[in-house]
Amino acid sequence: MTPKKRRRLYFAIALVCAGAAGAALVVRALQDNVLYFYSPSDIAVKHVPQDISFRIGGLVAKGSVARGPGADVRFVVTDGKTKVPVEYSGSLPDLFREGQGVVATGALHAGVFQASEVLAKHDERYMPPEVVDALKRAGRWKEGGT
Amino acid sequence: MTGEIGLLALCLALALAIVQSFAGLAGARGSGGNAAAIAQGAAMGLLVFVSLAFGALIYAFVVSNFSILDVAQNSHTAKPLLYKLTGAWGNHEGSMVLWVFVLSLYSAFIAFAQRGGARLTSAALGVQGLLAAAFLLFILLTSNPFVRLDPPPFEGAGLNPLLQDPGLAFHPPLLYFGYVGLSAAFAYAAAGLITGEADASWARAARPFMLAAWIALTLGITGGSWWAYYTLGWGGFWFWDPVENASLMPWLIATALLHSALATERTGAFRTWSVLLAIMGFSLSLVGTFLVRSGVLTSVHAFANDPERGFFILLMLIVAIGGALALFAWRAPKLESGTAFHPVSREMLLLLNNLLLTAAAATVFVGTLYPLALDAWLGKKISVGAPYFAITFAPIFAVLLFLVPFGPRLGWRRGDLHSAVRVLMPAMGVAVVAGIAVLAIARPASAAGDGAFALATWLIASSIIDALRRNRERSFGWSAAASTLAHAGLGISLIGIAAVLCWKSEASDVLAPGKSLTVGGYELRLRGVEDTQGPNYFAKRGNIDVLRNGRVIETVSPEKRTYPAEGQAISKTAIQTTGISDLYVALGDERGHGSWVVRVYVNPLAPLIWLGGIVMALGGCASLFGRLRLWVTKPFAYAAAE
Repeated sequence: MTPKKRRRLYFAIALVCAGAAGAALVVRALQDNVLYFYSPSDIAVKHVPQDISFRIGGLVAKGSVARGPGADVRFVVTDGKTKVPVEYSGSLPDLFREGQGVVATGALHAGVFQASEVLAKHDERYMPPEVVDALKRAGRWKEGGT
Repeated sequence: MTGEIGLLALCLALALAIVQSFAGLAGARGSGGNAAAIAQGAAMGLLVFVSLAFGALIYAFVVSNFSILDVAQNSHTAKPLLYKLTGAWGNHEGSMVLWVFVLSLYSAFIAFAQRGGARLTSAALGVQGLLAAAFLLFILLTSNPFVRLDPPPFEGAGLNPLLQDPGLAFHPPLLYFGYVGLSAAFAYAAAGLITGEADASWARAARPFMLAAWIALTLGITGGSWWAYYTLGWGGFWFWDPVENASLMPWLIATALLHSALATERTGAFRTWSVLLAIMGFSLSLVGTFLVRSGVLTSVHAFANDPERGFFILLMLIVAIGGALALFAWRAPKLESGTAFHPVSREMLLLLNNLLLTAAAATVFVGTLYPLALDAWLGKKISVGAPYFAITFAPIFAVLLFLVPFGPRLGWRRGDLHSAVRVLMPAMGVAVVAGIAVLAIARPASAAGDGAFALATWLIASSIIDALRRNRERSFGWSAAASTLAHAGLGISLIGIAAVLCWKSEASDVLAPGKSLTVGGYELRLRGVEDTQGPNYFAKRGNIDVLRNGRVIETVSPEKRTYPAEGQAISKTAIQTTGISDLYVALGDERGHGSWVVRVYVNPLAPLIWLGGIVMALGGCASLFGRLRLWVTKPFAYAAAE
């Protein structure tokens, strides 16, 4: 083998090893570390495991927000068909309002979604795409309206 | 008139870009001559007309000319002047004009500097012309910034308040200088393939552009991270948001390219690989632009959800990347390969650096695009967050950082590992002691953080040792200063990251006036929340006394601002840098009876994260300055060396 060819061989072997190691890491990481998104109807229909983190999205049901004690907040997320009660402790985003879109990260405990993070849209015109999708699937989405 | 002048200038610019591409590519075939001269003239003209269009757009924003749709949708008379200016590129159309403006600046510089000989310059100008033409066509067909609105509205719709921030005034232009600077490296790579001149002098010719792009990307990412830290109100400095990842991927590849081109210009090694990296770097810039601009992602950066634009950018992406890779497949085997090197040599370390950086970029790529692919094909919506990157990106980067100090200590072609280890031993000792000391005394909250602390110490100590050695050997020039600063900067950032991982503390509570919460040795007492207003917003301002050992040391005033013109609300955090640690206070939502949610983070050493970024960029500047100085003061010697 010429030195040139040997060098190429080393390079190819190193590349393949690095690629394989990287791919293995990535596949393992993706298996355990992604968050799935479910709409309220998904939770009613599909079997969504308890105590596993996922994201939920929909509209904050009108008249459902109850604050206190302390930093605790309770509200209901709906896609127009199904409702899911949510409990959260902490600071709410600037544009958290009843009747507006919201996406929360957390897990189900005994039918209540315990949120660790609550995100709302960040301007009047914008609606989280997951929420739009959830409303469309529930047949409650009006184009051009919020 | 402004709008018509701008539009006309864009059309003329498109014509010149087409001339530049044809003349440039024709000039690459001969020995330069007429075609090459035409390409250079066209590049200068392109800069003039694009500047005219960009200037017209900025002028329209400054005078609030609402008869132009783009201005009416994105500006407001009550906005401060700075944000009227920056509003010019704080929207899709304007940002694309900025993109082409930066592209034409680089083209003009390529034409002016004439680096790497007439044929190479001409071919590079041709490729740049093609890119400029594609982007100008994109602007004129899908994103015309000068569309008129009749009748003009009395008032504009305003600019997203998150973008009304001094940090945002400079962060996008810097990132664009980086993304588009990679287009110059890409153009040189394609030119090297076309002319078959991708050798050591090619690397020397293209290197200033790679450096400029890398410096701008480093500063842009640092600025973006700082902006996210103080505006988003979550106390974090990096969120693995797809938009952040879109800027990180080109940076990783650009870093790999800088190191690989170092070997190419020195010994001619890795020339095909350098060319491929240059193609990959700009391709990832385009991918980033596609992700951010097409509306595939929703974020503060995604201005418009327009499938037509997304399709156009995707098409451009396919043509540019596909074309470049096809050219690579066709011409790269014809490139000569460099000289051989020993497994223990600086080349080997540069090779490892490249493999690890590319692998790191690949993990970011998968983490960013996998959710999009899954959504597109299976309709499943998932999100990939920090835990994924913590177990893929972080270990790869840790290995890379451990290897970094060995590179500068090993010689070209064949290095002496024993002497390198002997020289670096004190740094290793310091790092181990630092790691153990932190573990024993300061009780870190995370083992990874402790490891990061040791690695950071290792990087900084070895950079200092390397600089001192070189100074004693009288070989401490600009390039040594560059590697010292860049590697030490990496260490400085890492210390900040490690400290935040280890000792960050946070608390959040509902406070009534007079009540307090304690966090990290501080007591924060809410004095009250008052109404206030700025030039174009109303705000609730919380006045919070910071107490240490029962004494008031400071009063901080985080705000919650409402922008009536835009119908948006944002939080303005209060960050108090006391000595070496950040006290970060954000005002949450109201909970009745005058009580408010207050969030507090104590982030020790956090300012080092961004300081390190600036030091790294200074390293890049040292390398660039060293080269430009040589080029300006000794042009003949420099030309001979090329």
